[in-house]
Amino acid sequence: MGDERVGSEQGESEPPGTRGAPVGRRVFLGTLGLGALGVLAAPMLQRGVEAFLGGAADIDPTGLTGLLPNGGGFRYYSVTTSVPHKDAGTYRLTVDGLVDRPAAYTLADLKALPQTRMVRDVQCVTGWRVPETPFEGVRLSHLLDAAGVRASAGAVRFTCFDGAYSESLTLEQARRDDVLVALRMRDEDIGHSHGGPVRLYVAPMYFYKSAKWLSGITVTEDVRPGYWEERGYDIDAWVGRSNGRDDEPTT
Amino acid sequence: MNRRLDAGRTLRTPVRVRRFSPAERWAHRGTAVLMGVCVLTAAFLYIPVFAQLVGRRALVVAVHRWTGLALPVPVLAGLASRALRADLGLLNRFGPHDRRWLRAALRRDRRPSSRPAGKFNAGQKLYAAWSAGATLVMLGTGLMMWFTGLTPLVWRTSATFVHDWLALTLGIVLAGHIGMALGDPEARRGMRTGSVGRDWAEQEHPLWRPSSDR
Repeated sequence: MGDERVGSEQGESEPPGTRGAPVGRRVFLGTLGLGALGVLAAPMLQRGVEAFLGGAADIDPTGLTGLLPNGGGFRYYSVTTSVPHKDAGTYRLTVDGLVDRPAAYTLADLKALPQTRMVRDVQCVTGWRVPETPFEGVRLSHLLDAAGVRASAGAVRFTCFDGAYSESLTLEQARRDDVLVALRMRDEDIGHSHGGPVRLYVAPMYFYKSAKWLSGITVTEDVRPGYWEERGYDIDAWVGRSNGRDDEPTT
Repeated sequence: MNRRLDAGRTLRTPVRVRRFSPAERWAHRGTAVLMGVCVLTAAFLYIPVFAQLVGRRALVVAVHRWTGLALPVPVLAGLASRALRADLGLLNRFGPHDRRWLRAALRRDRRPSSRPAGKFNAGQKLYAAWSAGATLVMLGTGLMMWFTGLTPLVWRTSATFVHDWLALTLGIVLAGHIGMALGDPEARRGMRTGSVGRDWAEQEHPLWRPSSDR
């Protein structure tokens, strides 16, 4: 008796005699299959989409294509709630640690030093890439030489005025010609959202090494992992040879 | 004639009929909250304006990951309910009337007479099956990006690609789902309270024969 009532409840909805085909299950499994197929076909699809959106972005006045996946352009990443704004009056860059002559540079001081301009691709470890982006600033090696690095030093640590981010390079990496303390990006002064007024620019590495809102350079004995590196990213972040990625090198 | 029939019916049958059990409504509520958090955190991670507004990337990533992982839990837990399992059975099966409903939908034919439906109409059935599949694809590709050592490297870039584009698609479809619910207060009442008006049921789901009246 009880079973009969349950039976009538379960058959409550559809017209009698028409149980129908299990289309729902087919759609469900089909979606899963398409997802798997999408993963397999993604390298090909991605090239096509990037080419198409790259072309579309050039004639798109709204900038909405930049919001689409693979739509090109930079993405804003910050690890803190808010970042204070610094300008020519308030900005300072300190150089300290294992150096003979610690220093504090104002924005004007940095601008007065010899500037280097470089045009390379920017590659983020999350996948986006911005082609041929000009960066301009002071070579990091210049600041290190001016400070007089001691013989015991082996690494450089970078801190940021967002209060949380940090990065690091070996001394050898830091002395490379393509590592800048950048003041300009895309031939404009670096704006706040891109890490201005001063950010690090490490051309051959994934973009998380190019710390935004740079405020401190400390020469240390050993490499200390930076913010994302404590969260699993590689410390030696060569583009195409780290973080399990095989992007085309940027330098 | 008609009037007498109507009068007879109101005497015979209650005004409201049961549509969803508490277990089903809680499964829906739980899924909706988790999905909402997933979409919101995705926007914070992805759309530059929101990313600038919120920042705190590590925290937002953690919330997004764990809510995404938990997303299937309410429905899986709901499988313990016989009513939910029965409704899944109804969502699964497509009859000839569902084909008629879909054809009418494609033609933008809104007359109830050309939109025959059982407890669930064909659109709701497709939405249920597709969104369940899409959610699991999101979960799978998400896990591939989370546990980077799990799969070969090419897969991970590919997973990001699928995750990004499917997120956009899912967002649009989800907006459609919410939009349609906003346009139908009685359908919302059904999900909120568990019962719907008999008139509404006969209009929107003419082939539905609710057996347990409230």
